[in-house]
Parts: sequence; structure tokens; C-alpha cells
Amino acid sequence: MIWNSASEFWAMGGYGLYVWGSFGVTALLMGGEVILAARHHQRTRESLQMQATTIGSVQDTAKDWQP
Amino acid sequence: MTRHSNVLFRFAAPQAFYGLAGRLWPWVAALATVLGAWGLWMGMFVAPADFQQGQAYRIIFVHVPASWMSMIIYLAMAFWALLGLTFNTRLSGMMNRALAPTGAMFAFLSLWTGALWGKPMWGTWWVWDARLTSELILFFLYLGFIGLTASIDDPRRADKAGGLLALVGAINVPVIYFSVRWWNTLHQGASVSVTQGSSMAQTMLWAMLLMAMSFWLYAIAIALYRIRTLILEREKHALWVEAELRSEGGAS
Repeated sequence: MIWNSASEFWAMGGYGLYVWGSFGVTALLMGGEVILAARHHQRTRESLQMQATTIGSVQDTAKDWQP
Repeated sequence: MTRHSNVLFRFAAPQAFYGLAGRLWPWVAALATVLGAWGLWMGMFVAPADFQQGQAYRIIFVHVPASWMSMIIYLAMAFWALLGLTFNTRLSGMMNRALAPTGAMFAFLSLWTGALWGKPMWGTWWVWDARLTSELILFFLYLGFIGLTASIDDPRRADKAGGLLALVGAINVPVIYFSVRWWNTLHQGASVSVTQGSSMAQTMLWAMLLMAMSFWLYAIAIALYRIRTLILEREKHALWVEAELRSEGGAS
């Protein structure tokens, strides 16, 4: 292990702000991208499913109204 | 036609690719996570401090992989654009739209981590030199691609316009890469070179390469994931999409 203590690790030899600012924003953006992509996929599925059922029920109703 | 190209053309159909991407992305994402954890361990706990830059050099473990990916993703987009414009394949345009947000993110991270590295080492967040400026242009090219494709309603026309931008903009990538050699710049030269090998310590180099592999696999995984959403949106009137929506019931 190259670090003597946890505080030494977080201090990064006085460059903590720069090192953790880099790693933190990288983690934030990559994690955020994953969450956004998953949410977008889920929403797309839901709205397409809704459309499919709406169209399906409209067709069924139309069938009932056939003379 | 050879069997190999038959396989390629089979997966060029959105329906086949939807299934393939769905099976592939979890494995690629898992591998990216493992390599990322390994790379972080090497970079933060094994690699020694730099004799000139102290601990600040550790920014390299995100800065270089992000910068490489920002260029590689753009080259990949130019490749798909060429394929799409030549063979008129539907998947190429979707591939580019799946890649562009991740490319933009990596270009931004390259600039962001570069600024955070430049401040303590050069004494400034930003300089208008060749390397930094051409990377900023790359970031704007990504934003331009996203804006352009989003502003055209007809998806096939949007793909064509975006493809042209991706292809023409690709000239910027070698400019970024060779900028440190062609111009006098504040940015240091390449630490890893194909012809001269590496000027870094072994553990530092390994940590950086692991992080680069991890980012690469991350980009592949998120693009495979995102293209499935795009395929669903584009092919929503196809029968297989209806069947797909019914079979999985919103599970994935």
C-alpha cells in the first residue's frame, strides 16, 4: 500500500480538489448516462405498449359497432 | 457472397440486431466494470506518485481514456456514416445516434479533467492552443451532430445529414492527435506511442490501459443498450416490435 492513512489518500498530496474533481465528475456523468439511458428505454417501452393497447381496444370497439 | 458477410448482413437488420445487442450488452458492461475496478485499484493504490507532478498526475487515469474515447467514438461514427451513405443501411444511422451522446460526454470529460490538470501544472485552466482548441471543436461537432439529427423530422434524412457531418468532421480527429507534434503547444507529447513504446512506469501504464479498456467497453455497452431504444422507436409499427413488447412485458 502506498498510502499511510485515509486522510493522506483523500488529500492527494494537496491536489485533492483537482484529482477528486476529475474522478468525481467522470463518475457522475457516466453513472448519470446509464440512469438516463435506462429510464429512456423504460419510458419508450411503456408508451409503445400503451399505444398498442389503445389501438387494439379501438379496433375491438370498431368491430362491435359493425352492423 | 461468403458466409462471413452473410452473418454481417443478417445482423444489419434492426430486428436481428435488437436481439443481438440485448444479449451482448450485459456481458460487455460487466467486463467494463471489472476492468474499471481493477484499473482504479492499480491507479489509486498501486501506482507510485510521479516524481515531477506528485499525486496530481493521477488525473491521467481518467483524462487519457476519456480523450482517447472521444476520438475513437468519432472515428466509429465516421465509419458507420460511410457505411450508411454507401449501402443505405438503416442501422448505421441509429448506431451513430446511439454513439453521439457518449462521445460528447467523453469530449466534455477530456476538457474538464484537462482543465483540472492544467490549473495546478500549468497555472491555467485553459489556453487556446492547438490540442485544447481542436478537442473543443470535437465537442462542438458532437453537439452539432446531436442537434442536427434531432432537428430533422424524417429519420432517414436526419441520418443522412448527420452522416455527412460525421464524415466531414472526422478530419478533426487526426488534427487533435498530431497537434502536439505539428504545433508548439503547452500540452505534453504522447506518453504512449505505437512507434516508441511508453515513457511511463509499468504500473502507471497498466492502470491507464485498464481504464482505457474499461471506458471502451463502457462505450460499447451503452451504445448497444441505447440502440435498442432507438430501434423500438423507429420500428414501432413492425409486427415483431408488438410481439416483443408483449412477450417481455416491460421487463427490459
